[in-house]
Amino acid sequence: MEIQFTLNKKQVTAEVGADTVLLGVLRDLGCKSVKCGCETTNCGLCTVWIDGKSRLSCSVLAAGIDGHEVTTLEGVEEEAAEFGRFLAAEGGEQCGFCSPGFIMNVLAMKRELDDPDLEEIKEYLAGNLCRCTGYMSQLRAIQKYMTLQNENSGKEAQV
Amino acid sequence: MNMTEETKDMRVVNQAVPKVDAEALVTGKAVYTNDLAPSDCLIVKIIRSPHAHALIKDINTARAEAVPGIECILTYKDCPDKRFTLAGQTYPEASPYDRLILDQRMRFVGDAAAIVAGTSEEAVKKAVKLVKIKYEVLEPVLDFRTAKDNPILVHPEDNWKSLCPVGADNKRNLCAHDVSESGDIEAVLADCDYVIDRVYHTKANQQAMMETFRTYTYLDAYGRLNVVSSTQVPFHVRRILANALDIPKSKVRVIKPRIGGGFGAKQTAVSEVYPALVTWKTGKPAKIIFTREESLTASSPRHEMEMHVRLGADKEGHIRGIDLYTLSNTGAFGEHGPTTVGLSGHKSIPLYGKAEAFRFTYDVVYTNVMSAGAYRGYGATQGIFAVESAVNELAQILDMDPTVLREMNMVREGDVMPAYYGETAESCALDRCLARAKEMIGWDEKYPCRDMGNGKVRGVGVAMAMQGSGISSVDTGSVAIKVNDDGFYSLMIGATDMGTGCDTILSQMAAECLDCDMKDIIVHGVDTDTSPYDCGSYASSTTYVTGMAVVRTCEALIAKICERGAVYLGCSVDEVEFNGAEVVNLKTGESITRKEIGNRVMCFNNEALSASEAFSSPTSPPPFMAGIAEVEIDKETGVVEMVDYAAVVDCGTVVNPSLARVQTEGGIAQGIGMALFEDVVYSPKGKNYSNSFMQYKIPSRLDVGNIRVEFESSYEPTGPFGAKSIGEIVINTPSPAISNAVQNAVGVIVRELPITAEKVYKGMRDKAENR
Repeated sequence: MEIQFTLNKKQVTAEVGADTVLLGVLRDLGCKSVKCGCETTNCGLCTVWIDGKSRLSCSVLAAGIDGHEVTTLEGVEEEAAEFGRFLAAEGGEQCGFCSPGFIMNVLAMKRELDDPDLEEIKEYLAGNLCRCTGYMSQLRAIQKYMTLQNENSGKEAQV
Repeated sequence: MNMTEETKDMRVVNQAVPKVDAEALVTGKAVYTNDLAPSDCLIVKIIRSPHAHALIKDINTARAEAVPGIECILTYKDCPDKRFTLAGQTYPEASPYDRLILDQRMRFVGDAAAIVAGTSEEAVKKAVKLVKIKYEVLEPVLDFRTAKDNPILVHPEDNWKSLCPVGADNKRNLCAHDVSESGDIEAVLADCDYVIDRVYHTKANQQAMMETFRTYTYLDAYGRLNVVSSTQVPFHVRRILANALDIPKSKVRVIKPRIGGGFGAKQTAVSEVYPALVTWKTGKPAKIIFTREESLTASSPRHEMEMHVRLGADKEGHIRGIDLYTLSNTGAFGEHGPTTVGLSGHKSIPLYGKAEAFRFTYDVVYTNVMSAGAYRGYGATQGIFAVESAVNELAQILDMDPTVLREMNMVREGDVMPAYYGETAESCALDRCLARAKEMIGWDEKYPCRDMGNGKVRGVGVAMAMQGSGISSVDTGSVAIKVNDDGFYSLMIGATDMGTGCDTILSQMAAECLDCDMKDIIVHGVDTDTSPYDCGSYASSTTYVTGMAVVRTCEALIAKICERGAVYLGCSVDEVEFNGAEVVNLKTGESITRKEIGNRVMCFNNEALSASEAFSSPTSPPPFMAGIAEVEIDKETGVVEMVDYAAVVDCGTVVNPSLARVQTEGGIAQGIGMALFEDVVYSPKGKNYSNSFMQYKIPSRLDVGNIRVEFESSYEPTGPFGAKSIGEIVINTPSPAISNAVQNAVGVIVRELPITAEKVYKGMRDKAENR
C-alpha cells in the first residue's frame, strides 16, 4: 500500500507492506541516522518522534503513520549538533552508534520536562542503552546543556 | 621520572580534545558499514543448525532456489576444504585452524549450515524457510568439565591443525595446555600458616556492542574482492579471507569505516566470510547484517573459565605463593582459546609481586557451544576475579582489612614480576591508586558495612587490576605522515578507531610532535590497500604501540622537512631548525614556511616529503588500577544495587583525559553487568537462551549507580609521552570488588558469577540456618 506522511517537514510517500516497520522505511528514505540495535524494543537506537513524541521506530508499523508527522535526527540537525558539542566535550559519543536515538530522546526530554533532576533524567532516558560510555559522560553533558538552556531562556525572559 | 615534570609543557597531549569525528557522529551522518553499502547488494542470510552436534546428511535447495530473486544457496560443497581460523591474530596464529566457511559437521546450535543470497530481504527470508536439511543428530559435549579426553570429539577431522606449540590436541578436545612456574610452589604452600583453596567460576559474557556484526563486499575494476567491514583487525581479515576462500592475499582489500563498538568481538572475523564467498562466487555485491539474535548466539563471547586458586600466606598476611589452575571453555572453535587463558594467570598473579613462588597451569577445551573469542580484558578479567576474590577471602580469615592486606603485598615500581614474563614494573603507581580510591569512597568510615536501618545494608569492597600494553615482541604498528599542499599533513594509520578515539589521540600525539594544531592534520584509516601495516586495535596496543610509531614517524619527518627547508634556504641542514610553522636558518634568521615547503615539493622535486616508521616493543608495560565498590543489599530479597564506584587508574600519561575517563567509566559499567547479571545460559540440549536483550540484559543507566574516576599517573619510559594502555584494564575490578562488597555487607561469598539476588539470598539463608 502507499502511505503519505510528513518526514522532517517534507511530504513523502512510500510503498509499504502490511508488516513493514517504520525503521526500514525511514532508512530507505535516506534517514540513515536511524539505527537498529536489537529488534526487541530494548535499546532505544531507533528512537524518532511521531507527532512530536519519542517512539521506537522498530516497533511501529509503517502503515499506521499514514498522515502523521515523523521527525528524525536529520530534521533537528542544528539542535542535535548543539547538544552534540556538549556530548563530545565529555567524550560521551564514543562509537556514536547509539547517539542519534539517544539525542532524539534528550531533545524530547528538554521539551517535556521542566528542569529535571538527575533521577528524572535517568528515568526518562533509561530505555536508551549505551555499551561504550557507562552513561556518566552523557549525564554530565546533559546537565551542562540544560544549565545553559535555562540560562538562555532566563535571559530571554528578562528581555 | 616524575610525570608532571615530563608532561607540563605539552600543548595537545594530556588535553581533553573532542574526538575528530564527533560532529558526524552526533548528527547521525551515514558513516557506518550499513549506511555505506550500495542499495543493489545481495542480501545474505545464514541457515543455522538447530542441533548442538550433528552431521548434515542432505540439503535440498530446489524449492528455495525457485523463489524469485534468489541468487544462490551455498553449502559446504561450495567451500574450500582447507581449515583456517577466524581469530584476528598475528601470523602464525596461536588459534588452531579448525574452521571451514561451511562445514558438514555442526558444532553448536547456531552453527552455519548454508548461505542464502538474494535481491531482497523478503525473498531471502522465504528461501531460508524452504531449504530442507537432513541432520544426523549426535551426542554433544556440553559440560566443559568433562570435555577433556571425552570420547565425543568436537573436532575429529584430520585436516585440523595447530600452527603453534600451544599444547593443542584435537583428539583430546584440547585447544591448549601449559604449565609455568617459578620457585617450589608445593614447598612454599606446605610451609604457609594459611592456604586459601577455592574454585571460582566466570561465565561467558557478550560484548553486546550496539552495532552488530556486518560486512559488505564487491568486486572492483581489477576483479579484486573489496570488503567493507565493521572490524577491529582489517589486515588480519585480509589474511583470513584469503585463507578461507583459498585465494591470494593480493586479491583482497579490506576497508574499515566508522565502527559501532567492538570490545574485542570484532577481533574475530565473525561476519566477513559469508558475503565474501557470495561475491566471489557470483561477482555481485553482497552484504550481511547480523540480527541481535545472531550477534548473541553465533558470535565470539568471553571464555567461560573455572579457576582453582591456592593462595598461601603467613599469619601476618604476607602472601608467599599462588597456585592457579584455569579450565577455559573455547566452545566449538578455538578462536583466541590458547591466548586468552594465559592472561588469567599472567595478569593476576603478578599483582602480588612479593610472593616466593607461583605455578600457573591451564587446559582449554572444545565443547558444543558457540565459540568464545576476545572480550575486553581477554582472560585477565576472569583470572583477576579469582585471585582478587581469594585475596579477599584470605583477608577475612586473617581478620584483616583487605586494603591493608593489599598494601602489604602489592607490586610496586621497580619490582620484578616473575609471573609476568620476568618483566620489571618500570612504571607503577598502584600504591597511589589504592590510597586515592580509599579516600574517594571514604573506606575507613564505611568498611566493612553500614546497616541503613531500613532493611538494607551497604558494604564496600576492593580489588586491584593490571593488564598489558600490546603483545610484547609481536604487536606491530606503523603509520605514515605526508606533507601536502599548503603544508597540511595526512596521518595514515592502520590502527582501528572503533569509537574509542584512536584517530583523535594519535592526531594529538602527531600535533604535539610536529608542533602544529590538530586542524593541520587529517587522519585516514583504515584501508589495507593504502594504510601502513598495523596489527589492529586489540590487546590494549594502540596508544602504546601505534602511539610510539607516531612519535618515531614525526621524528623522521621533521628531519626531512629540515632537509628540504635547508635546500630551499640554500644552507646546510645543520644550520636550520623546524619550529612547526617554518624552517629557520639559525645563523641568518631567514626562514621558509611549512606551507611554502609543502607547495614547493610538488614542483621539480625528486624526494617525497613523507615518512613512515613502525614500532614493536619487547615489553608490555602494565597499566594498574584500584577499584572500590559500594553496594546496597536488601536483606529480605538479596537484591544488590550499585551505589558508588571509585576507580583510580595508572595508565601512565593520560593522552586525552575525557576519552580516558569515558573508557574507564564504560569498562566499569560493563564490569558491573558481568558481576551482577550478564550470563549466557544454555538449555540442557545446548540451545542458547540468552538470545535477545530481554534475556541477556546489559546495564542501563539505572543499574550502574555513580561511577567516579581519577588518574594517578606514573611515567612509562618506553611509551609515547610516558603513556601506557587504558582500554581493557578498566573492566577487571568490578567483579571482585562487588563480590567483596557483598561479602563485607552480608558475609556471603559468591564464587560463581553473576552475583544474582538468588545467590545472595540463598547465601544469607544458609548462613542463618547454620548459625
